[in-house]
Amino acid sequence: MLTILALASVILLGIVPQQSEAIVIYTGWERHALVGSDIRLSCSFFSWRWTSDDVTFSWSYRADGARDSISVFHYTGGAPYVDNKGPFRDRLEFVGNPGRRDGSILLKNLDYGDNGTFTCDAKNPPDIVGRTSSVRLLVFDKVPIQAGVITGAIIGAVLGLLVLIVVIYYLMRFLVARRVFNLSVSKHGKKGKGKEGSQQRQVPVLSIGDPSKLKATVSEKKKQESRKDKK
Amino acid sequence: MLLLLLGIVILHIAALVLLFVSTIVNAWATGSASSSDLWKNCSTTNGGYHCDPANTGEWIQAVQALMILSIIFSFISLFLFFCQLFTLQKGGRFFLTGVFQILASLFVMSGAVIYTVMSPKWVPETEAFGWAYILAWVAFPLALISGLIYVILRKRE
Repeated sequence: MLTILALASVILLGIVPQQSEAIVIYTGWERHALVGSDIRLSCSFFSWRWTSDDVTFSWSYRADGARDSISVFHYTGGAPYVDNKGPFRDRLEFVGNPGRRDGSILLKNLDYGDNGTFTCDAKNPPDIVGRTSSVRLLVFDKVPIQAGVITGAIIGAVLGLLVLIVVIYYLMRFLVARRVFNLSVSKHGKKGKGKEGSQQRQVPVLSIGDPSKLKATVSEKKKQESRKDKK
Repeated sequence: MLLLLLGIVILHIAALVLLFVSTIVNAWATGSASSSDLWKNCSTTNGGYHCDPANTGEWIQAVQALMILSIIFSFISLFLFFCQLFTLQKGGRFFLTGVFQILASLFVMSGAVIYTVMSPKWVPETEAFGWAYILAWVAFPLALISGLIYVILRKRE
């Protein structure tokens, strides 16, 4: 048993360091945007090492239908370098925070020609092995509603309404039962006082103050008593 | 009494099965070489069988939601029927069960009506209404009758 445990722990220790060397990059999957608007493409990474001073981010772009990708952004040595010759000159801005592992870029004034795939590659020396991550940009003149949003909203609203009605029903029942309980407690208290003939025990005063409600509760008590007599 | 109970349960389950099949099967509108329903449009082109997810319009999503809600409510109604069967006092009515079943039938009806009215918008001209659409329309009166029976039924023995 102990040998098996030892063997398992050795194997795990052997596997984990290899995995801990890989860097994992996160971007979105797809981004939808309106023509003429700005969009922020986010890129972040996970690494077992501390964020080094030599961390680098680079973004490359491959248009829909094109075969090759071109590099549009690079951050290295503490300074960002944006595209100044390609399709995004004067439209790209670095809005990330490399110290917080954020390498996001901002694209301004989008056009239909910007449809394509953006790939983010981040390196955190000595953690440099990892896969890049791509986000697809789709530019619309009218952003369509995503499939299933309205479906989910309608179903959620109706079921929520159902749950609300059930909760309110049980709440009303609970409140009415509590009022009846308060009345029965005070009634038993008064009976005890009458039997003993002494004023030692304090009668719990009814929670309601004004006389009109008192009349209503007295009539309720009488009804209950008459019901009991019938049974 | 037991026979009546069995008949009612079978009717309820039949309506539920019809609702299920109608929602899931891809045959709300069929043509010679294509079929479409609430969830996807399929067509047999030269290359083979090819399916696209259905339009992301507002109305088709409303129909999807209504069909799913009708299935959920019919399930809840069946569950409530068995609950009330054992907990209801003698002479009591299966009111709650009936209400849920009637609501389910109303949802199916609104879904089918919306689909009928809006279908020229997203179904090509060559397609006619398919059998899953007809099942939805059949499920509506079945569920309605089942719900009404529950409302007027009284518990005996």
